[in-house]
Amino acid sequence: MSATDTHTYDAIVVGSGISGGWAAKELTEKGLKVLLLERGRNIEHIKDYVNALKQPWEIPHRGRDTIAAREAHPVLRRDYVLNEGNPDFWVNEAASPYTEKKPFDWFRGYHVGGRSLMWARHSYRWSDLDFEANAKEGIAVDWPIRYADLAPWYSHVEKFAGISGSKEGLPQLPDGEFLPQMSMNCVEKEVAARIRRHFNDTRRLIIGRTANLTQPHQDRVNCQFRNKCWLGCPFGAYFSTQSSTLPAAMRTGNLTLRPFSIAKRLLYDRDARRVTGVEILDAETRQTVEFKARIVFVCASALNSAWLLMNSATEVWPDGLGSSSGELGHNVMDHHLRAGASGRVEGFADRVIYGRRPTSCYVPRFRNLHGDEGRGYLRGFGYQGSASRQGWAREIGELGVGAELKEALSEPGPWTMGLGGFGEILPYHDNRITLDPEKKDQWGLPVLAMDCSIRDNELKMRRDMQDDAAEMLEAAGVKDVRRNDGGYNFGRGIHEMGSARMGRDPKTSVLNAHNQVWDAPNVFVTDGACMTSANCVNPSLTYMAITARAADFAVAELKRGNL
Amino acid sequence: MNLSRREAIVRLAVFLGASVVGPRLLADRIGRSDAGAAGYSDADLALLDEIGETIIPATPGAPGAKAVGIGAFIVMMVADCYYPAEQAAFKAGLGQLAADFAARHGGSFSDSPAAARTAFLNELDREQKAHTAALRRRSRQARGEAGTEEKDDPARPVPHYFRMMKDLTLLGYFTSEFASTQLLGWVEVPGHYDGNVPYVKKTLAPAPA
Repeated sequence: MSATDTHTYDAIVVGSGISGGWAAKELTEKGLKVLLLERGRNIEHIKDYVNALKQPWEIPHRGRDTIAAREAHPVLRRDYVLNEGNPDFWVNEAASPYTEKKPFDWFRGYHVGGRSLMWARHSYRWSDLDFEANAKEGIAVDWPIRYADLAPWYSHVEKFAGISGSKEGLPQLPDGEFLPQMSMNCVEKEVAARIRRHFNDTRRLIIGRTANLTQPHQDRVNCQFRNKCWLGCPFGAYFSTQSSTLPAAMRTGNLTLRPFSIAKRLLYDRDARRVTGVEILDAETRQTVEFKARIVFVCASALNSAWLLMNSATEVWPDGLGSSSGELGHNVMDHHLRAGASGRVEGFADRVIYGRRPTSCYVPRFRNLHGDEGRGYLRGFGYQGSASRQGWAREIGELGVGAELKEALSEPGPWTMGLGGFGEILPYHDNRITLDPEKKDQWGLPVLAMDCSIRDNELKMRRDMQDDAAEMLEAAGVKDVRRNDGGYNFGRGIHEMGSARMGRDPKTSVLNAHNQVWDAPNVFVTDGACMTSANCVNPSLTYMAITARAADFAVAELKRGNL
Repeated sequence: MNLSRREAIVRLAVFLGASVVGPRLLADRIGRSDAGAAGYSDADLALLDEIGETIIPATPGAPGAKAVGIGAFIVMMVADCYYPAEQAAFKAGLGQLAADFAARHGGSFSDSPAAARTAFLNELDREQKAHTAALRRRSRQARGEAGTEEKDDPARPVPHYFRMMKDLTLLGYFTSEFASTQLLGWVEVPGHYDGNVPYVKKTLAPAPA
């Protein structure tokens, strides 16, 4: 292998998902010439959303998974995400193995846009409750930033991305720059009112804050209520790299997008203590190519960003760039889920729903907030949930076959309502990922080995996630309420975080308050890897804000001649 | 083969004032060769059509499962989406159903009056429901509190063959173009959301004689 082909940019961004897309947009808009590297293929906005306009009867297996799809996706099939509509949006698992020392569901999107194409779009701000929790409780290390550092950047990204939601005035879930909210249906409104009354407003069911447009915004069309976001939206009505940040970056004329470019390592100059560029493997030509830049943004998704650091500067630090702290690859977090409750709602038989809303309702965290500490665990959880009328697939126990069954299933079924918890996972030092010393992928590159599990704190929380959901539904008059716990594999929340955390001290963290690697300040890691704790809300909006903030800082530092 | 079914589809399409593309595509794509490759004969397909039609019969204004090509759909789904043990159980079940019916009624399922077919399948349905409930109980016990559910576990227990038949009939029928648009009010691009709409029961025009 010889690296002969060298190109030079102001900045290189590794990864084109939510964080990488934002880095590319911000850096190019500030005048930098940027190379955006993506390991997978391109997916062009609208043109490549091949199933987005198909009717249900045009999908051959009507959405059911085939054996072939299950065999091709032995990890993905473990949960709902495997879908006949978008298998091409998920990683080729055979080509990209990893090792599960303990069960770990790693649901990846290796293509332009990454998981911004398939994300669930719930978008919530963090509060100081979250930024201060580690320090107050003596868990892990303190965040080096507070809400005040991020608030203007939340506003910045919300205004561009387009987040619809309701202002609630809740300290634990700060309001943002919202487009008009989506609406609850008649049952959800009733349940929300009853919960609020019953719990004296210490618990609230609100409409989800979602990155779906409720009015035209930034050249994009508003949501058409098809609820097919995961197929790609031909209206560009939800935030993705393709619909939002990539076109903005392209408009500057400063962006070069390079698909099929697997970042192998960051090129480290030990004398200058700086990274000089990125070595990539071209997945089409199988050639190694070097690109040079003054700064590098690593946004390869939490675990792969850590992988890239582990593979870099190993001549100086055997465990990779950023490993001098002993924290690289440690403190891996996610949100644990699949615990909650559901039941049947009486009444409203003469009411139905028109349209398919692409978001759910949300119950912001209420535990360990209102003087109810002492439940045996730290932190808390939120719920996503909604009410709907059952459809033709419902079981009607008393009916067998024939005209009566057909007639009954042609009518809307009873209303049901469910709540599913998303719980915070603490940053445990020994929840870690490493390079597997033996296994290699098809490129001869080492693969990650996952060794992560939830502990007593999370298991105790899961009981409340079920009991509290049941209690709220029962208080709201829901009948036949059943608790559920489908179990949880690490990673199933698809919110991997923490593998290169931010901190105040290079001895105990990989990144500083501006997401710079302590050992190479011109490298910025701004995706989920940087998170010092996990909170319980969906994290993508925070990655956007952190990325925009870091990009602003990076450009200022470049201008000051500090990088 | 299946002339009668195709004829029904075309007649249905004409009656609906719709293009024949949807149902025709289905019937063409899931052709004889696919069914043959999966080890199903013309007679098997015809029997599955009749089973489907007994589960979801034609009613005034609304065609039954046969008109959406349910036999071919079921065979395709079994071949593509079920594990080998389930495929074997399904195939054996189809034969058993025909044999049991003949033993009971002395004639073939397809040629017997609707009342006898319905009564027979209702009995099978009770059997599959009991079987399914037992499997669910066992799986809950086996999983315990610690286990993690997998959506499509290859080691999942084999369902009762009639559960598969009924499930696939309902799936094929209620996701068909006719049922989606005429029975279930499917709108591809709703344009807005209203979570509090008065429900108006639809009325279907009676089928032409």
